[in-house]
Amino acid sequence: MTKLLRDLLFPFIAVVAAFIVGGILILLVGDNPIVAYKLLLGSALSWPDGIGYTLFHATPLIFTGLAVLVGFRCGLFNIGAEGQLYIAAFATAWVGITFANQSAWLLVPMCFAAAILAGAFWGAIPGVLKARFGSHEVINTIMLNFIAIALVSYFTQYHYKEPGPILQTTQIGNGAHIAHLGKFIPGLPERIPLNIAFILALVACVLVYLFLWRTKWGYEIRATGSNPSAAEYGGISIRKQIVLAMAVSGALAGMVGINEVMGYRYRYYDGFSDNYGFTGIAVALLGRNHPVGVILSALLFAVLQHGGIYVDGFSEHVTKDIVQVLQGIIILFVAAEAFFRWLLGRPTLMQRLKV
Amino acid sequence: MRDIFRLSLILSTMRLATPLVLAALGGMFSERSGVINIALEGKMLAGAFTAAAVTYAADAKFGLGNASPWVGLLAAMAAGLFIAAIYAVTCIRFKADQVVSGAAINILMFGIPGFLSGAFFLSSGSTPQLPKEHLIPWTPIFIAFALVPISWYVMYRTPFGLRLRAVGEKPEAADAAGVSVKRIRYSGVLIAGALAGIGGAYLSIGQSSLFTRNMTSGRGFIALAALIFGKWKPFQTMLACLLFGFTEAVSYQMQGAVKLPSGEDIPVQFVQMVPYVLTIIVLAGFIGSSRPPHALGIPYQKEK
Repeated sequence: MTKLLRDLLFPFIAVVAAFIVGGILILLVGDNPIVAYKLLLGSALSWPDGIGYTLFHATPLIFTGLAVLVGFRCGLFNIGAEGQLYIAAFATAWVGITFANQSAWLLVPMCFAAAILAGAFWGAIPGVLKARFGSHEVINTIMLNFIAIALVSYFTQYHYKEPGPILQTTQIGNGAHIAHLGKFIPGLPERIPLNIAFILALVACVLVYLFLWRTKWGYEIRATGSNPSAAEYGGISIRKQIVLAMAVSGALAGMVGINEVMGYRYRYYDGFSDNYGFTGIAVALLGRNHPVGVILSALLFAVLQHGGIYVDGFSEHVTKDIVQVLQGIIILFVAAEAFFRWLLGRPTLMQRLKV
Repeated sequence: MRDIFRLSLILSTMRLATPLVLAALGGMFSERSGVINIALEGKMLAGAFTAAAVTYAADAKFGLGNASPWVGLLAAMAAGLFIAAIYAVTCIRFKADQVVSGAAINILMFGIPGFLSGAFFLSSGSTPQLPKEHLIPWTPIFIAFALVPISWYVMYRTPFGLRLRAVGEKPEAADAAGVSVKRIRYSGVLIAGALAGIGGAYLSIGQSSLFTRNMTSGRGFIALAALIFGKWKPFQTMLACLLFGFTEAVSYQMQGAVKLPSGEDIPVQFVQMVPYVLTIIVLAGFIGSSRPPHALGIPYQKEK
């Protein structure tokens, strides 16, 4: 129990500290921080719109947070979730368009597979590059993000574009739509795009937990992450683990495509991602690279994202950019854990916890 | 006609390469000292926003007239330095993970300009338009290309450069020889901040006449790519920047698609991909090997 409390304490301090710094910034530009924070946080708690939209916004963040988590557990930094989710979302839409006439029984699993496999493929590329050539996954995933975005933009523009000024594909078949949760939950209107993908995200959290902590593969990934040379000495093929972890990571990021294409827009929309891949880094770090932590921090960032719209509309000076600012400060504080250790002068407090 | 076209292509290559050269040379000082710099993008954004905002304010509020862009340029350097200082303290003093804090700086700087311009200019992320006579379209180009030989000289012919390289390769040995690893790394990161700040300033008060939301659009990352493609060496890095500037110039001039002599079109997206694909290839060691500084990304722990 004390272990859990200690685990929660540090992210909590980081969030509170970020809100204090953000509050000072809001004061400096001449608004009342309390009013701004009320707008930012309060709107998320209303039923059904606030909660519905917050959970909808949390869905892609849970997927990308898990993606970054799996990478981290293997000692890899996947900055490429953004590119992986773009490739996957396009692949999902491609299957949904190409096989539009199939029945839902066939098309839904096919689209799921497209999202997962395309994400896994794009994630495996930097894994292979690292395993085979030793080139750093951070640089390669950054580069692959840009390549992915250009590639799907090309396919959208030249091959699958819906006529009109917006760069988006034509619609996917009806059989590829997944239901909004409003259909099953009384009081939740169906217009709110919260959909089955949210349930999938929660299932993914359980599966990631079971995979990493209850299977041999997961054990080998974590062993590689915590001490690669010991893992290799113990007979684990590090190269295989790197490729596997990156593929799993990419697959998880790719599942954002399910939420976006099958549950929300029913097409691929160019540039749809609101930095989900990068926010995933914040989600994983703040969640201490644990699936439960990922859910909690994804919810926090989703609250901020949803509240940002209200801040934009109802406060005089503060814009929704405050969300991005808070996010940056939170990660900075989480990263510079030693800062708090130094500030509190209590070396034992956070020593055990590793980023 | 053809020649004019070529000249304009060369000029626009130079112009588009300028922010890359500035940021990449800055990144070189940081990375050769052993500190990864994926935060170049954020530092450029800081420079771009500060330059435009300060240039505007210097004229509108303080009546500095034609001196205002120079004030703006200095302010952009200061902004780059400030962001770099935060980055340096988290990475060097508090030994934070360099990639994580770099990502944090980038995310932070996606937000800060919009946040401040919303407050100061009541706009959604852009600064007011500046008049033409308050722009500095040429000076940063000269600064950028003059800095290439200067950086080479500093890196390979001065004691500071020697220490910088030593700290990036073998910090323990440098430390044992009496070099302060911390001080050298702080200098490297701060130089990167100042240069990336100028690079950003050139975008807002050189190439265009205002700051717009996310105006760097990945140039910090292209600069990083150029640095790797240039194998962390000044002249090669400049050539890489020129190559990447050229691909950007081509993709602008061709507007949509590049015509091959055979009559086929290459969509602009494929031209845009070139720098990134080349970087992956060179990093994998297919075209000569590009080896990062040995201690890159590892916080230095002084032995007790």
